[in-house]
Amino acid sequence: MTAMDAYNFAYLDEDTKRMIRRALLKAVAIPGYQVPFASREMPMPYGWGTGGVQVTAACLTPDDRLKVIDQGADDTTNAVSIRRFFQRTAGVEVTEETEDATIIQTRHRIPEAPLQERQIMVFQVPIPEPLRFLEPRETETRRMHALADYGLMQVKLYEDIARHGRIATAYAYPVRVEGRYVMDPSPIPKFDNPKLDDSPALMLFGAGREQRIYALPPYTRVESLDFDDHPFVASKADHACDICGATESYLDEVITDDQGGRIFVCSDTAFCRSRQEDRQ
Amino acid sequence: MTPLFSVRGLEKRYGARIGCTGIGFDLWPGEVMGIVGESGSGKSTLLSCLAGHLPPDRGEVIYDGRDVLAMSEPERRMLARTDWAFVHQNPRDGLRMAVSAGGNVGERLMAVGARHYGDIRETATDWLGRVEIASDRIDDRPSAFSGGMQQRLQIARNLVTGPRLVFMDEPTGGLDVSVQARLLDLLRGLVRRMGLSAIIVTHDLAVVRLLADRLMVMKGGECVETGLTDQVLDDPQHAYTQLLVSSVLQV
Repeated sequence: MTAMDAYNFAYLDEDTKRMIRRALLKAVAIPGYQVPFASREMPMPYGWGTGGVQVTAACLTPDDRLKVIDQGADDTTNAVSIRRFFQRTAGVEVTEETEDATIIQTRHRIPEAPLQERQIMVFQVPIPEPLRFLEPRETETRRMHALADYGLMQVKLYEDIARHGRIATAYAYPVRVEGRYVMDPSPIPKFDNPKLDDSPALMLFGAGREQRIYALPPYTRVESLDFDDHPFVASKADHACDICGATESYLDEVITDDQGGRIFVCSDTAFCRSRQEDRQ
Repeated sequence: MTPLFSVRGLEKRYGARIGCTGIGFDLWPGEVMGIVGESGSGKSTLLSCLAGHLPPDRGEVIYDGRDVLAMSEPERRMLARTDWAFVHQNPRDGLRMAVSAGGNVGERLMAVGARHYGDIRETATDWLGRVEIASDRIDDRPSAFSGGMQQRLQIARNLVTGPRLVFMDEPTGGLDVSVQARLLDLLRGLVRRMGLSAIIVTHDLAVVRLLADRLMVMKGGECVETGLTDQVLDDPQHAYTQLLVSSVLQV
């Protein structure tokens, strides 16, 4: 018996996948609304993308081509382990090219290459509730969402400006979906927030420990919250990539020695590699 | 002229026990009413019912021609942060302790749609000044404030949207006497200048003597005596009111 046959397709049993798909359908029907679902224990610890893995498992078909990234990179631990997990349990093809993938599971980034209509983005979400650190009671945050009572979210941004002179929130920057629900876009840098708006791809968000699923259907209006006199700015390091020279991509700062040496490189490794290949 | 706030036959029970019963009054624009009584007399229950924090079992509450009890939750919340204000006894209940003083004052503004940081901050600074908090404390958290400052901050946070009706639950409780006096002075000034209507629950007769136009004395969940403040305090009719007035310590 091969490893493939030892598991149901994509690890989860069919009843669980049906349960998750129903939650996904509801989430797509109400963009930005957090749908509770009966999250299963996965063979990996919470915080390693159990929510994203369950959503991916529920969406995968044998014809899919999967790409998994962690902070934009295809070759870091989280990405490698999840990619291998689905190779073993679903036998699907995998790719590192954004353009070739049909499902992209991601931790904390949206790829630089523009997404397309046939693609599904799956985000791993640690804390789905954007109001959580302002209002600890779940009963109250749910009521606030129900009543679109979002003054408190603005208070967080106010505090940022009062303390730092500008909106210092750099990731997990709150957005408003179709003028209704305020949503945590998962800890993507705010540089990626504009890519959520009017995206041709379907965006799914899974939080395993918190047992919530939410979604952005294709071409959904997504606005980043801000003040009239402190508008939202999609910021990145003011630098060019030291490997491929790109100026428009999101950069990671890499410490190279203990003498203060540092370089900036594209966080999206597939994007950086394709630019290097083009140059050769 | 029509009353701003009318209450008819209000009753709240906790199982078989009575919280408050048979309460009815009219509050006119610009009028301050005090509710006094001993602990457990139903003062706070009554105030919570009036402010919409607790659903009463019977009776009606009319604000400005609108039935408060029949309102939907969003309407009531909107009312609670525009036309109404609620000052808690413990400022920790009414403030966000992890948010700066300016953020606390600005929250009500942002909740009703203010989206201009400069304007919000200007209003917050102005209001901190009105409640005698130095403007350089605007970015400090309430946890760094003294009890009296916290209470004044709570008042600023509540009055910033220019409410017409303020509910106060023992606003001076837990403060030392000299701070109480200053707070009362401040409150009296604000209430008079803004022409606020207010309902003040307290067991401190000095507070109502200073602030209230009219007084309601409660005992065992029922209203036993009402009248003008000076009239009730100087010539108490009901045995319990007489006891209450005579119990005040004279220095």
